[in-house]
Amino acid sequence: MKDLTKTNNPYGDEKVFDACSIFGMMNLKGERFSAKDPVRAIANMHDRGNGLGGGFAAYGIYPEYKDDYAFQIMYLDREAKKKTDRLLSESFNILNEEEMPTQEANVRDPPIMWRYFLQPKNSRTKSQAADDYILEKVMRINTETGKAFVFSSGKNMGVFKGVGFPEDVAEYFCLEEYKGYMWTCHGRFPTNTPGWWGGAHPFNILDWTVVHNGEISSYGINKRYLEMFGYKCTMQTDTEVMAYAFDLLMRRQRLPIEIVSKILAPPLWSEIKTMKPENELALRALRQTYGSLLMNGPYTIIVAHEGEMIGLTDRIKLRPLTAAEKDDFLFLSSEEAAIRLVSPMLDRVWSPRGGEPVIGRLESRRAVEVIA
Amino acid sequence: MVVKDVINNIPENLIIKKNVAMIDATGVYYRDLNSLLRSLDGNGIEKIEICNVYGQRYIGTDLDGHIKIDVYGTPGNDLGAFMKGANITVHGNVQDACGNTMDHGQIVVHGRAGDLVGHSMRGGKIFIRDDAGYRVGIHMKEYLDKRPTIVIGGTAQDFLGEYMAGGVLVVLGLNMKEKVHNARFVGTGMHGGTMYIRGEVRHLGEEVEVTDLKEEDYRVLKSLVDEYCSYYGLDAEKILESKFNKLIPVSSRPYGNLYAY
Amino acid sequence: MKSYVSPEYIVERDQDRCIRCKVCVNQCSYDTHYYDEEDDILHSRNENCVNCQRCATFCPTQAITIRENPNHYRSNANWTQEAIVGIKKQAETGGVVLTGMGCDKPNLTYWDRLLLNASQVTNPSIDPLREPMELRTYIGSKPDKLDLEMVEGNGVVLKTKLAPQLRLETPIMFSAMSYGSISLNVHKSLARAASEAGTFYNTGEGGLEKSLYKYGDHVIVQVASGRFGVHPDYLDAGAAIEIKIGQGAKPGIGGHLPGEKVSAEISKTRMIPLGTDALSPAPQHDIYSIEDLRQLIYALKEATDYTKPVFVKIAAVHNSAAIASGIVRAGADAVVLDGVRGGTGAAPRIIRDNVGIPIEMALASVDQRLRDEGIRNQASVIAAGGFRSSADVLKAIALGADAVYIATAALVSLGCTVCQKCYTGKCPWGIATTDLWLTKRINPDIGAKRLAGLLRGWSLEIMEMMGGMGINAIESVRGNRLLLRGVGLTDTELKILGVRMVGE
Repeated sequence: MKDLTKTNNPYGDEKVFDACSIFGMMNLKGERFSAKDPVRAIANMHDRGNGLGGGFAAYGIYPEYKDDYAFQIMYLDREAKKKTDRLLSESFNILNEEEMPTQEANVRDPPIMWRYFLQPKNSRTKSQAADDYILEKVMRINTETGKAFVFSSGKNMGVFKGVGFPEDVAEYFCLEEYKGYMWTCHGRFPTNTPGWWGGAHPFNILDWTVVHNGEISSYGINKRYLEMFGYKCTMQTDTEVMAYAFDLLMRRQRLPIEIVSKILAPPLWSEIKTMKPENELALRALRQTYGSLLMNGPYTIIVAHEGEMIGLTDRIKLRPLTAAEKDDFLFLSSEEAAIRLVSPMLDRVWSPRGGEPVIGRLESRRAVEVIA
Repeated sequence: MVVKDVINNIPENLIIKKNVAMIDATGVYYRDLNSLLRSLDGNGIEKIEICNVYGQRYIGTDLDGHIKIDVYGTPGNDLGAFMKGANITVHGNVQDACGNTMDHGQIVVHGRAGDLVGHSMRGGKIFIRDDAGYRVGIHMKEYLDKRPTIVIGGTAQDFLGEYMAGGVLVVLGLNMKEKVHNARFVGTGMHGGTMYIRGEVRHLGEEVEVTDLKEEDYRVLKSLVDEYCSYYGLDAEKILESKFNKLIPVSSRPYGNLYAY
Repeated sequence: MKSYVSPEYIVERDQDRCIRCKVCVNQCSYDTHYYDEEDDILHSRNENCVNCQRCATFCPTQAITIRENPNHYRSNANWTQEAIVGIKKQAETGGVVLTGMGCDKPNLTYWDRLLLNASQVTNPSIDPLREPMELRTYIGSKPDKLDLEMVEGNGVVLKTKLAPQLRLETPIMFSAMSYGSISLNVHKSLARAASEAGTFYNTGEGGLEKSLYKYGDHVIVQVASGRFGVHPDYLDAGAAIEIKIGQGAKPGIGGHLPGEKVSAEISKTRMIPLGTDALSPAPQHDIYSIEDLRQLIYALKEATDYTKPVFVKIAAVHNSAAIASGIVRAGADAVVLDGVRGGTGAAPRIIRDNVGIPIEMALASVDQRLRDEGIRNQASVIAAGGFRSSADVLKAIALGADAVYIATAALVSLGCTVCQKCYTGKCPWGIATTDLWLTKRINPDIGAKRLAGLLRGWSLEIMEMMGGMGINAIESVRGNRLLLRGVGLTDTELKILGVRMVGE
């Protein structure tokens, strides 16, 4: 959008403040299931939101196009679609394109939604990796016309979000007809009134999605640090900064989540002092080097990308997170009751420690819980 | 029936037999549920059973009498908040802020609890069978004979007893693999009250000191452990045989030299 | 030549209160008070009084009041008292008017026009008394990324080797004040307080006295243009080395130690003749361009086997941003910026008050420039120049400083009343002097306690303010401009500071 800041934040606040509910559900064997249970769960936490935003990320939903990039784009007018279509056909081979199926629901002013299954055209330079190519094109679409916005661009996954309660957004997008092996959901309670759909969670970059509950008080410096590495923070949301941090640390710098969580939610100096010398040295170096990425303030996030779902809270656990397992399923939720609604019997229920991630991985049989 | 006079239409999900009311809370919004509880309370009903509870908040708040409530399912946040006299048993886990600023009454949980159990509690009792989360008993208070108590059967997480000003907090650590509680900053800011911890504590706040129990302590502890065991069918004697640590504040004015006048 | 300048101050003595104890006579080092034995009365020579308040503080009956001489020239916004007196003094002496401490002119302090945030509702404030609040800061060069691996059963292990870092338990250090401009007892107090508080003190350009080598782990040794006391042991003694290019109070010129202050001890430590003026050269003569700086930085690193971070200190001037960028690329581990309000033991008044820019602007533009160039992590940024309170310190960190240096505040905590007469060497508080009769008025035991008390009070206040903003680690304040708002500033000032207007 030409000026995303204005659309997302009509009052010129330094950023959007919101509080929310989040939920994640993953089948560790990769078996796909419908949106019915995730929607029920997030709807159960209705009072944590105020109807001004809801969204879902789903993985494994386009098996027939599993190697193609699924661009889901919203348009505020037809002109924007024409321009974007041109850009897409110049840069990509389009295997399929269609208007996204929707139905009547209690959502506000929905834009036009299209999806495309794409492969980068061979004309791209050999040196540029496919991921960077996609990123560059997405940035272009998002800034060129001012009325088009790519809200997901990963393979075999999609983000569905908008202005309404999450259960209404789910209804609008006919989500119950999709099947994925991993779903993350979000219900929003923003304190200023976004009229536009791009501002809801999840936030997406490549196949990474972030849903987030809480507020990051270190946002001002997290943003400036990321800008040094070429990210442009245009959405003025904490979630955007979270997503870029994951992209920088996990995709570009190839650090595993166990280390990334120690950058975003590092242990206290008093704890580091009690560790073994080689760990102490490493953790001290992490804080010295990445101090500007320490995410301060209350938060619970669920980050997903292909094959992995990660739940993480801030280092002094100011926001809730309950994790649970039943058979092959891993659940993450702001409230336990939402999990119980969907699965009354559970094999294990626990609250992870602040700063310690809970990780669901496709190849593992149980959830991985990282304890320092 | 007395109740029929008060409620014009008995909702479909409510059954009343003698002086026991049974509610099916499926799909019931918390406001409606609590409003129903209030109208049942003090109208000849002595016991309420609520089943299919999934996240309804504030259950037990603003009930006048000493009504007994059995909750089946997972009640939402703030169970028994500002409670003044009810007696709640939960057959399941509870979420955050159970017993928030509770004045008097009782909550017994057959399961685990989330964060902020007994936050600013002023009286009454809370029993949690299994583990609890962060900031259990934060800023508990007491005055003369009004003393709140919390008993946690498992272990608790960081900031246990933060800024405690009164009351009794017991953590039993049953079923802990090592006999050490991993909670950090236990008793940070403590300036009143007492904690009895079964097992060692890894990390204490600055304002806490650890001592041994005296006879009076054992009396208090025994009575609480006996009560705890009575709810969950456990052996009190065996538990009491273990080593307990007593945590008390170093000073009742820990921040006395912090300010320049 | 008769002087046409009247006394600046009038000493008033309440004769009813005065008990003739003569403490004022003993305490005053300017020979202002004298006792008339015949009449059993104390008198004062107003023309000597500098308003240091020593006598008034020590008088047991509070009989003394120092008043500004009400004999002012006609009030004139342009031809101020100071301007007129300054000209007369110069006419009488033909010399450069000296002064001490920092610029005292109005409208140069931006801290007073910046306000901090607090969290309300959307974010909880954090309780600093009961929940952890981390002020620990590491000064030094940081890499862009780390080479780490997860080792089975052993957790995270580091493969990259980091450049040497200084560990500060609080982001406040004691700034450079040379031995000579201040007494040895003050240096002892600073060294001890820094050690106890887990921070550092800077030797200034006068070298490090032998008895202080034992505090070496908490000392930053300075290499200035006069190279006083710079020898291999000196370089090895400290935990870091600071190359002084300039200082905020007198950008572009070197240090001044008037002959009055060059005592036997100073002569020994600085290796110069007794009683001579120690006027450091304006530039470091081996640094005439940026590549020379690089050469010196590495010379020092080689001399200390790359075990100590090397800082470069510059005065805040118009193109500080570009200079700082050059300094970072020259290999410095930290850039020290000293603003126009920084103090000094002696400087020409005209330079102190007219040359240099406020630290707030320099800091903001340096921090932003380094980020724009993607090199901000290669060096820490330390800010100096008139920090008066913990709020000033926290605002500086929010603008982008890793830590701050304080000097005037440290001396004030030891007794200094900022009378600006340091260059006379007669400081009756025993601070800015090398006169052995005066220096013993500072007891290092008490001095260290007072300095440590200052650091503790400020650190506690910083923790309270951080907690109020919902932050529990100083890393999240550093460079976080969103925590500040400006009031009474122009759009351009707001733009340079990178800060929004209050209400936005």
